[in-house]
Amino acid sequence: MLHFGRWKLFSIIFITLLGVMYTIPNFVPETDRYTINEADGTRTPNGIWRFIPSGTINLGLDLQGGSHIVFEVDMDEVRDAQLEALASDIRTSLRNAPPVLARSVSVIGDEVVVLMLRPEERETALERIRALNSPVTTGAGQAGFANMYDISADQSDPSAIRITVTSEQYESIRNRTLEQSITVIRRRLDGLGTTDPTIARSGDRRVLVQVPGADDPQEIIDLVATQASMSFHMVDENVDPGPNGQGRTPPGVSVFPLADSGGTAWLAVETRQRLTGENLNQSYVVANHPNFVGPVVGFRLDTQGALIFGELTRANRGRRFAIVLDDQIITAPTINEPILGGSGVIGGSYTYETANQLVILLNAGALPASLTPVEQRVVTASLGRDQIESGRLAVAIGFALVIAFMIAMYGVFGVFSTTALLVNVVLILGGLSGLGMTLTLPGIAGIILTIGMAVDANVLIYERIREEAKNNRTPVQALQAGYERALAAILDANITTFIAAAVLYMLGAGPVRGFAVTLGVGILTSVFTAFVVSRLLAVLWLRAVKPTKLPL
Amino acid sequence: MSLALVKYLPTSGTIPFIRGRFIALGLSALFIAFSMFEFATVGINFGIDFRGGIQTEVVADESTAIEDLRATANALGLGEARVQGAGSAGEGLTTYLISLPLQEGEGLEGEAAQNDAREALETALEAAYPTIDMRGTTVIGGAVSGELIITGFTAIGVALFLMLVYIWFRFEWQYSVGAIIALTHDVIATVGMFSLTQMTFDLATVAAILTIVGYSMNDTVVVYDRIRENLRKYKRKPLQEVLDLSINNTLSRTILTSVTTLVALISLYLIGGTALKGFAFAMIWGVLIGTFSSIFVAAPILLFTNVQRDSSDS
Repeated sequence: MLHFGRWKLFSIIFITLLGVMYTIPNFVPETDRYTINEADGTRTPNGIWRFIPSGTINLGLDLQGGSHIVFEVDMDEVRDAQLEALASDIRTSLRNAPPVLARSVSVIGDEVVVLMLRPEERETALERIRALNSPVTTGAGQAGFANMYDISADQSDPSAIRITVTSEQYESIRNRTLEQSITVIRRRLDGLGTTDPTIARSGDRRVLVQVPGADDPQEIIDLVATQASMSFHMVDENVDPGPNGQGRTPPGVSVFPLADSGGTAWLAVETRQRLTGENLNQSYVVANHPNFVGPVVGFRLDTQGALIFGELTRANRGRRFAIVLDDQIITAPTINEPILGGSGVIGGSYTYETANQLVILLNAGALPASLTPVEQRVVTASLGRDQIESGRLAVAIGFALVIAFMIAMYGVFGVFSTTALLVNVVLILGGLSGLGMTLTLPGIAGIILTIGMAVDANVLIYERIREEAKNNRTPVQALQAGYERALAAILDANITTFIAAAVLYMLGAGPVRGFAVTLGVGILTSVFTAFVVSRLLAVLWLRAVKPTKLPL
Repeated sequence: MSLALVKYLPTSGTIPFIRGRFIALGLSALFIAFSMFEFATVGINFGIDFRGGIQTEVVADESTAIEDLRATANALGLGEARVQGAGSAGEGLTTYLISLPLQEGEGLEGEAAQNDAREALETALEAAYPTIDMRGTTVIGGAVSGELIITGFTAIGVALFLMLVYIWFRFEWQYSVGAIIALTHDVIATVGMFSLTQMTFDLATVAAILTIVGYSMNDTVVVYDRIRENLRKYKRKPLQEVLDLSINNTLSRTILTSVTTLVALISLYLIGGTALKGFAFAMIWGVLIGTFSSIFVAAPILLFTNVQRDSSDS
């Protein structure tokens, strides 16, 4: 217990220095460590900083300010759309020559029900529907074991067929929907040019969006949760949309409000989509267009879109077409001449900001399903700064008081344990920096708690040493026995706290996890520092001073 | 540096802790009963995480009346608003927490209503108090708050269970029973304290309870460790005397560790800012109750569980 080999000594010093190297960048402003080239943003380390890691601790949103918003994808909507699409596929397949006549194909609850006109044709219909079935494709595009649909002939009704979507298929759709949503959200937030937002899946229905520095959640919600589903329709001037869009509409005609009207002006359009956002190649802000006051949004269609649009405008000269975005008509111009190049502009009363927002949305594409915020945690930068300040002060004062108390109680041994404590804090901070972990406000609480509890291991040892010394042992023997006998209790005691931290980390939600991280790391480092660092100091002292009696 | 006050702390006192076991256990039982009664009748003041709803932190002139803020929020007709002062923000300013209850609505419609309520609240506050500083907002939907409650309590349950298993492996089952009774005692007493003081019970409180469980376990293990050692050392000594001796052996350590932990926590409570006050409060209480339970609950229980003396376990 009292012997330290050369390599052991070396590794203790090495680990401590490593901790220091990873910790100090947090206490020196970046501008002192680096010469930053204003022109291209490259950073050149100054002098000694060339040899020191550049990473600093990531601050959580509660410390640097920002928005943490969890969105839920409307999976019911996704399921309904899936069932409707299935019903439509079934109708088409039954209609193929030779047609099999169905009385109805409808979505009822979570199944598609096909009712045959003639029960004897049910077998043929079943075959056609089975042909639509195929194995579920999993994430990597491979075929899974399960099929997409369960197709069964109704036992009690000889004319009915029931089709349900398997849970495997739903899972596959859910995964795809979440992945698509995340891709679209990332493109939109990138378009905004904010500093590295985090977009991550959270469970099987939710997406977590974290934007550092953004303290207006609505701005983010507007950008993220807008569906941006865009389509081109021909206007039907023969149908009266009514003053509130309540007019009677024949089948195949839909009524939408004009976006700028605030719900007072409506227009009837053909339900059929001539083009969708999928055909959009690119859109951009046009600052000065000769026909409009203020900025407009220009767009360019892909090759196929341009052909369809050219044909549409040639055949419908003099009529109006409408561009519908999320169930609102954003423009409905009259076709004066065929537009063959596949590009056009959307006019409206846009400001530069709103035009830019529309461009970001159109370029990023539509969300596969609607998103609703279910959790928002927003902290302004000033609150974040205050929280860091008070956290830092609490750490400093708590640390100082513990040091004072330990030295008062244990004298020179107090110096050893508080030195170990200092190394401990350095290792925690270095560990957070080096492992790229995030420090949150509860994380600071974890550090303070560790400072209070970390001396426990030392106290256990010193109290043991005191007992042994009372039994007339020499200082060397007392130290030896103290460290040996306290080990079991120290390990047991720290493992239990570590279990608590681990459970908290695994089950804990968001902010609390930061606490679990610092507490867990703190326990590991405190065992190391109490048992290795303070022992080394005690041993060195013992060798240098050779006391006849321990000052305890 | 020969000054070391610890010299005045005896390493082996002779305080007959166990003799007072019936008083201590009775006191504990009383407190547990009181906690449960409080919990059942008054209940817990759940924070935004568990209650759901909208909560915004603002800084306004300290002359701003809480009633006026409440009236502004109530005028929205979005449910009964709660307003509480959360300490001075310096320079004649005060921090207020304003919250609205969880908004009505089925599923995602309710979630959308929550966001509308947040916007309405922020707009109304800014209109009524042009100089107000909006510092941060939390919106928790019904589904999320429900999940947080479940995860929170699962976490406490899982942690208790793992502790039990660990003690079972390291000691014998008799110790395990004692430890788990002591831990449950601490958890109930902490919940009771939150019920009594009506301090906000939120995610940080759950973290605190878990840490208290860890801390109290830590204390209990140190005492148990010594009991096991002394049982081997003094084969003839009556169990009660061994328990007393072990508690006395570890008493100076118990006091010193509790003091350093309390010192750090009090600094957190006084200086750490509003967000960590509840956490620090729970922890301070937990350190006190955890220390108490290791000595007066976990150790005496061993008298009743008939702990084995001829353990050959290393």
